[in-house]
Amino acid sequence: MGAGHQHQLYRAGDTLVHRLPPQCKLAAVAAFALVVVATPREWLWVFCLYAALLAGAAAVARVPPGFVLRRMAVEIPFVVFAVALPFIGLGERVSLLGVSLSAEGLWSAWNILAKATLGVAASVLLAATTEPRLMLLGAQRLRLPPLLVQIAMFMLRYMDVIVDEMRRMRVARESRGFTARDVRHIPVVAKSAGALFIRSYERGERVHLAMLSRGYSGSMPVIQDLSASSRQWLVAGMLPGVALVALLGTWGLA
Amino acid sequence: MTSSLEVSRLAYAYPDGTQALFGVDFTIGRGERVALLGPNGAGKTTLVMHLNGILTAGHGTVTVAGLPVGKASLKEIRRRVGLVFQDPDDQLFMPTVREDVAFGPANLGVGGEELERRVKDALDRVGMLEAIDRPPHHLSFGQRRRVAVATVLAMEPEILVLDEPSSNLDPASRRELAEILRSLDVTVLMVTHDLPYALELCDRALILSGGVIAADGPTREILADADLLAAHRLELPYGFAPP
Repeated sequence: MGAGHQHQLYRAGDTLVHRLPPQCKLAAVAAFALVVVATPREWLWVFCLYAALLAGAAAVARVPPGFVLRRMAVEIPFVVFAVALPFIGLGERVSLLGVSLSAEGLWSAWNILAKATLGVAASVLLAATTEPRLMLLGAQRLRLPPLLVQIAMFMLRYMDVIVDEMRRMRVARESRGFTARDVRHIPVVAKSAGALFIRSYERGERVHLAMLSRGYSGSMPVIQDLSASSRQWLVAGMLPGVALVALLGTWGLA
Repeated sequence: MTSSLEVSRLAYAYPDGTQALFGVDFTIGRGERVALLGPNGAGKTTLVMHLNGILTAGHGTVTVAGLPVGKASLKEIRRRVGLVFQDPDDQLFMPTVREDVAFGPANLGVGGEELERRVKDALDRVGMLEAIDRPPHHLSFGQRRRVAVATVLAMEPEILVLDEPSSNLDPASRRELAEILRSLDVTVLMVTHDLPYALELCDRALILSGGVIAADGPTREILADADLLAAHRLELPYGFAPP
């Protein structure tokens, strides 16, 4: 069950985008998101251009649109409240199909929706073209504290082991006739969660011993060379770069 | 004969006061394969933890190829003693097999082509070279245990210490691991309850019971002594007689 879990977002490939060092891609996506957020909401055509840029990047990475769209579902809970804005917004009202909506609310909803969608699409593309562990190594090169990177690495490695342990505990409960149906069963599930925590904690101690046994002294040895050439930075920089030129250009015209 | 491992009058009590080892004495010569037998709770794991300095002796000494275990020598001791833990999920903590096998030697300061050579060589010796770029959790249990052996082989240890190497293995994986262990040119100390496995791989066996070495001799003779085994809660599997 958990086996492929962490790879649901990643789509293996050997394209220009896949080969870029992870730190370049991370920085590019972050910069792109900043440019998007800085764009005034009325500049519709600039948003269209941003979307076209992402579509271009997806095409180069050979990530099909359906793959990106399905994974963008994570956005839904966050933008639900944006949909409410036109109804509850104040100020000037406009009538659309007989419903009275707030013009200000419509603009706000569009603002949130457009910017969130572009940001999420860029992140999904990043995740689709970068293995999770490389993403972390890239973050480390971008000066994320090594301790945080190590913790996240262990999470990646042990997620499946812990999910599997959880599944075995559920099977053991159900084999003895227990199924969680209503609130009265919460204490049992909570105790299982506590046991799982203890087990994971003990595993952590054993892993630490195994690390010490192989000479661990506080920092992970860097085995993979992740240095990026200036050409690779340039390629990755094209996404936020073109977006920035479009933003500044429009600013100049306005 | 030069000795790989010398344990002398080793005693240890846990911080809560429970005495686990009461003066353990034995010597393992270079190239020997020795089985350490004993019931649950005999102190086998406690003893193993002393061999690479994870636990510090309350009394007595452990010497690995002439170097006493102590705070100052810890790094070199951990290179010389390759500990293979019972659960490969504890041993394999890196995202790929390559990084895991490289972890030990990289901590010793090995890098570049030499590191690559050591990783490939260690994986080749356990027949897992083709899995080099796979994540450990996608391997079968038997394969994971073989990779766990490779992670310590890459450190070019003086002595390989295996904790229950045959546990949870299916018969074919168990045999494959035995073939690999036999093919390695390294001193082995194997902690196990699996008496036929000890007989198959080790000419010499020690029984650790009640925190002391209760017997030390040829594995065949020890397994043939039914009274000795019974006295230390050891039993041959049903239908098994030492050939």
